[in-house]
Amino acid sequence: MSEAGTGGANRAPDGTRIVSVQGLARVEGEGSLRVEVRDGRVHDVELQIYEPPRFFEAFLRGRRAVEAPDLTARICGICPVAYQMSACAAVEDALGLSVGTGIADLRRLLYCGEWLQSHALHVHMLHAPDFFGCQDAVELARIEGAAFERGLALKKLGNQIMETVGGRAVHPINVRVGGFYRAPDRAEVAKLVGRLTDAVESALAVVQWVSGFDFPDVESDYRFVALRQPGRYPMESGRVTSSDGIDVTAAGFADLVTEEHVARSTALHAHLEGGPPYLTGPLARYALNAAELPAPAATAARDAGLGDVCGNPFRSIVVRAVEMVVACHEALALAERYEPPDPPSAVVPARGGSGAGATEAPRGLLLHTYEIDAEGLITDARIVPPTSQNQIVIESDVRRAVEASLDLGDDELTWRSEQAVRNHDPCISCATHFLDVKVHRS
Amino acid sequence: MSQEAPPTLAVWKFASCDGCQLSLLDCEDELLALAGAVRIAHFTEMSRAQTDGPYDVSLVEGSVTTAEDARRIRAIRAASGRVITIGACATSGGVQALRNMAAEGEYTQVVYAHPEYVSTLATSTPISAHVEVDYELHGCPVDRHQLLEVITASLVGRRPVVPDHTVCQQCKGRGAVCVLVAHGTACLGPVTRAGCGALCPSVERGCYGCFGPVGGANTDALAAQLLAQGMEPLDVARLFSTFYAGDEVFGRQAVTLRRRASGEKEPM
Repeated sequence: MSEAGTGGANRAPDGTRIVSVQGLARVEGEGSLRVEVRDGRVHDVELQIYEPPRFFEAFLRGRRAVEAPDLTARICGICPVAYQMSACAAVEDALGLSVGTGIADLRRLLYCGEWLQSHALHVHMLHAPDFFGCQDAVELARIEGAAFERGLALKKLGNQIMETVGGRAVHPINVRVGGFYRAPDRAEVAKLVGRLTDAVESALAVVQWVSGFDFPDVESDYRFVALRQPGRYPMESGRVTSSDGIDVTAAGFADLVTEEHVARSTALHAHLEGGPPYLTGPLARYALNAAELPAPAATAARDAGLGDVCGNPFRSIVVRAVEMVVACHEALALAERYEPPDPPSAVVPARGGSGAGATEAPRGLLLHTYEIDAEGLITDARIVPPTSQNQIVIESDVRRAVEASLDLGDDELTWRSEQAVRNHDPCISCATHFLDVKVHRS
Repeated sequence: MSQEAPPTLAVWKFASCDGCQLSLLDCEDELLALAGAVRIAHFTEMSRAQTDGPYDVSLVEGSVTTAEDARRIRAIRAASGRVITIGACATSGGVQALRNMAAEGEYTQVVYAHPEYVSTLATSTPISAHVEVDYELHGCPVDRHQLLEVITASLVGRRPVVPDHTVCQQCKGRGAVCVLVAHGTACLGPVTRAGCGALCPSVERGCYGCFGPVGGANTDALAAQLLAQGMEPLDVARLFSTFYAGDEVFGRQAVTLRRRASGEKEPM
């Protein structure tokens, strides 16, 4: 048996030591990582993304703007709700449409389901195995059976929330521009209440479990970018803010972000005006919104020793677990006070316009912008997914992790650098996809 | 079979969203039992551990969009006892098959500043256009219960029990009001393969065909009905060209409707 993370070590004729890996595992999508070490220093790090492009922004042109939520959901099967929510927000912004609190709350409930599903998947199946030296979740389940079963139950509940509100877990069918096709009955949502009550306790136990893992001592002073949504932990709306003072609307953010096409990647690299590379995702949301954590999540974060800002990417698993508490706690509150919005959708005006929408996908900020003509057809679309934005930081994280771990053997060093990628839960399917890791040393 | 080594299962990804593979991980109640019944030999999204072939069963997600992937699927076929394609991308080219209708090069230039960095084919094609496929499971995404049924059936060597009737029939079985007849809502239910459980009509939405055409689908008759209800030909064409745009039946219907629309728009 071979391991994806350890293709074995060899030496190039010039003395460069090469550790190569075919297929970085436990990430969504496909890419490769190449690290070159010369004279005990990391010479170069390249996150290569050769996931075949699927050209969404091209074929959206000429489609009806109201088709955007369903079409863009197919960019990612792990976070389709994020695509639907950002698409709705952008199209509604373009059409000058605002939805009532009933619809907004139901959207947030749906989004809580996706956060819970996606985070439970990443924490238990993709990330935790690294901390136990396991190849995968099946091995982890043998040694941490109870914790793994608890994670599966939380993941399943996330899917059940999406099925209740959205009709199905992967590519929900009930979301539309303006709201929903049909609001679920009170009785359907009420079935979630008991399960969510238990889930809050389970998620708190997950925080406790992961906070006891052994974390490499690596800290970064990240430039964080996340939504801020007054009075709430950010999810389905808000202004885009940064740790260095940016505070703009989604449209303002779209003006600040530029994307660069580099040869090694079919995902564009995003840059933000006036500063160094930036990070979106759980660490960023937490750093910029710790004050908005609901009480049980705030207590759990404090008990887990997270502090106000967490700059250790390996500890992102703890932040994700805290966000699972947020998702369960919020979903419970939303389910308990649920009244079906009537009507379930606002009327979509027949007009054109241009608009932007940003929401918080589980793995980071997701921006959509659309130009829509008077007939309601998309004339231009732009989608900036979280992994495009995080690519440059992921590369510098790998550099830092490798530099701090040069005393490790090849297999462990390779595993460590893979882990530095997995810390950020990259969705290469979103960014476009396939990781195959190569570490070169001399 | 239980006396011998467990059968090996491999999961492969081509151009896709990951949603059909995720459907396997979404089988929370059955996942560990499945992992006990087979040896998962290759499943990059789930495990670092990988074993070289041959594989008893290969599940393939995604469509072929690059020359390298066309080569890779032939190697997977050669190493696999049974190849089962899962989802709209693998069985029909997926939503990315919309490129098949565009002029060559047009799409790359819209998305990428340096089209010369991007090596991609002009078309997105199903796995069956490249190699022999033993079973095709449809859906965008696949239904996870059907996925488990197909895996189970192939492990014990019987044909999977998957319905081959229409969404319409599932809708009637569910007792849902017909959105097409009662509300005049555009619905592909009469021509779409069952499998989802008639989800869209159950939320008073028309079916958008994400399980592809049922065998013998009369799309001409449905298109005529939708046009008679006052839908614009281009909107009917859009309905037929989403997640099964690369399918021969839905794709041809969309092309016919587009031709009709451009004819109608010609100046008098």
